[in-house]
Amino acid sequence: MSLLEIKNATLKFGGVVAVNDLSFSVEEGEVYAIVGPNGAGKSTAFNLISRFYEPFAGSFIFDGNNLLERDADQVADLGIARTFQNIELFEHATVLQNLLVGRHRHRKTSMLEEMFFLPRVRREEERHRAAVEEVIDFLDLQPYRNKMIAGLPYGVRKVVELGRALASEPRLLLLDEPASGLSVEETQDMRWWIDDIRKQMGITVLMVEHDMGLVSGVSDRVLALADGAKLAEGTPAEVQANPAVIEAYLGAGAV
Amino acid sequence: MRIHFKTSYQHDIRLFPDRWSLSVYGSLLALAFALPYLIGEFYLGEVTNVLIWAIAGLGLMLLTGQTGQASLGHAAFLAIGCYANTILIEQGVPFIIAFPLAGIITGLIGVLIAVPVLRLHGIYLAIATIALSVLADDIIVLTEHWSGGVSGKFPEMITIFGFEIERWSMPTRFYYLVLVVTIACTMFYRNLLRSPLGRAFAAVRDSEVSATAMGVHIARTKGKAFGLSCMITGWSGALMGYYAGTFNNETFSLVISITLLMMIVIGGLGSIHGAFFGAVVVAFLPQALSILKDNFVGGGVAIPGLETGVFGLILILFILFEPMGIYGRWLKIRTWFELFPFARKDMFRRQKSYLKTERLR
Repeated sequence: MSLLEIKNATLKFGGVVAVNDLSFSVEEGEVYAIVGPNGAGKSTAFNLISRFYEPFAGSFIFDGNNLLERDADQVADLGIARTFQNIELFEHATVLQNLLVGRHRHRKTSMLEEMFFLPRVRREEERHRAAVEEVIDFLDLQPYRNKMIAGLPYGVRKVVELGRALASEPRLLLLDEPASGLSVEETQDMRWWIDDIRKQMGITVLMVEHDMGLVSGVSDRVLALADGAKLAEGTPAEVQANPAVIEAYLGAGAV
Repeated sequence: MRIHFKTSYQHDIRLFPDRWSLSVYGSLLALAFALPYLIGEFYLGEVTNVLIWAIAGLGLMLLTGQTGQASLGHAAFLAIGCYANTILIEQGVPFIIAFPLAGIITGLIGVLIAVPVLRLHGIYLAIATIALSVLADDIIVLTEHWSGGVSGKFPEMITIFGFEIERWSMPTRFYYLVLVVTIACTMFYRNLLRSPLGRAFAAVRDSEVSATAMGVHIARTKGKAFGLSCMITGWSGALMGYYAGTFNNETFSLVISITLLMMIVIGGLGSIHGAFFGAVVVAFLPQALSILKDNFVGGGVAIPGLETGVFGLILILFILFEPMGIYGRWLKIRTWFELFPFARKDMFRRQKSYLKTERLR
C-alpha cells in the first residue's frame, strides 16, 4: 500500500477549479516531485494534504489514516511535516527555538509540569535538544544556532525551515519549492540534503519544484500538473519528453 | 566581552546562562529582601506598588508580548481576581487557599471568555476586549449583593496561620508577601518560556500557519495563554485590592487596562524585564509629575489631564523612537559595551521581512 494516496481530489475557489479530479500516490521511501506552470495547483495540492483547505471531493489516505477526519494541527501528529513557499518561520525567535517548535508533536509534558519545570520537563527538554542538535549537524546550522531569524539571510532561512520540518521526525516531508530563490551552490546543497534525507533518514519526500535540474536529479517519479489536472506522470526523463508537458510549458507547436 | 562556552545542553536550559548573570540576579534578589531595612516605609509602599504592577504586567506580557494577542480588557481580570479573593475570604476561606484560588478562578473565567474572543485578530480583538473592561464595571454594580456595588468593599486583614499581614500598619510584611508572589509569577513565566508551551506561544505569535503545520493547536494554545495571563493578572488584582485598602466598581476602569498595555509597550514587549521596567515608569511617573508640578507651577494649581497627556506623549515617543521599549534600549547599551569597540550602529536595525503570505489565514 502507498504511504500517501490521493484520489479524485477537487477544489474550487468560486468559479476557478484549482485542483481538478487529481489522483496520485506516493510510495514509502521515494522522492516524488510535482511540477507545472504557475497556477497549476501545486501548492494548493500541498495545502489540501496539510488540511489548510477543505476539498470539495476526493479521498486523502496517509498510511491507512483518512486525512479528512483530521484537523490541520493533527496532520503533524501523523508524521507529515512541511515547508512553505514563502518561508513561514517564527521571526522573533532564535534558530534553536524554531527547530524546537518542530519537536512540538513529541512533547509529553503538561502545562502544569512546565510551569514548575519539574525534572521530567528538564529531561524531555534535553531529549528534544539532542534531537534538534542532530538536525543542526545534518544541515550545518551550527553558526546560526542562537541567531534571531529576523536577521538571517534568505538562503539560511530556507535551510532553517527544512530543519524545522526535519526536527519533527516526519515520515512524509512536504517541500514547497525548496530551491526557489537559492543560488546555484545552495541548490546543489539542497539536492544533496534531499538525497540524504531519503537515504539516511528514510523519510519519504513529496516536493513541488520549478528547477528541473533539481527535480531530475533527486526525484524517482514526477507528476506534471496543468490547470489543476494531471498531465503526465513517470520518471523525470519520461515526463520531460512528454509532448503534453512541453505544450503546457512552451505552447503548441514547440515540439 | 563575555563568551558562553557551552559544554552541555543544560547551558541552554538553565535559568541563568553564566555565573555573571546568576550573581547579578542573585544580588538583585538579596537587595529586594534587604530593602525594608534600607528605605523608609513610604518608599517601601511605593516599591510594593511597583511590584504589584509588575505582576499585572507579567500577566499581560504573557498574552501580548509572548502570544501576540492584544488585550484592552485586563482591568476586568484584575477586578475578578480582587473580588474573588475578597469574597472567598469573607466566606471563611483562609487566605492561603483563597489567594491562589482567586487567580485560578480568574484564569478559568479568562479561558471561557477567550473561546469566542480569540477568534478575532489584531484591532478587532482589542475592541472586543475593551468591551470586557466596560462590562466589568456594570456587572460589579449589578451584582451589588456580593460585590458591594458602588459603595465598594474593604479587604479583610490577611492571616496566614495566625500570622497577620496588613498593608498600612505593617508595610514590611505586606511587601514580603508581594515580593514572594512576584518571584513565583516570574518563575512561572520563565519556566514556560523554556518549555514547549512557551515556544508554542511564540509560534502562534509569529506565524499561525506554520504553527499549525507543526502540530500546534491554535485555539487551544491561545486559550492557555489567555488563561495563564488572566491567572497572573488575577493575583495582581487581589494584591491591588489590599494595597488600595478599598475598591469599588470604578477602581478597575478602562484607563487601568490602557495603562497596563502602555506599561508593557514602554517596558519592552516580549520580555520579563519589560514588565518590571514598565511598572517602574507607571508607578513612579504620577509621583514624579506631581513633585515637578509643585516645584515649577506651585502646589495649588491643578492642571487637568496632565498625567494622561504625559503618559500619551511618552507612549508615542517610545513607539516612534524605541519600539523595543526600555528593555530594548538597555540591551543596545549593554551590547555596545560588551562588543566595544566593535558595535555597529545598525546592529539592531529592524529588517524588512521577506514575502509573507496572508493567504492561508
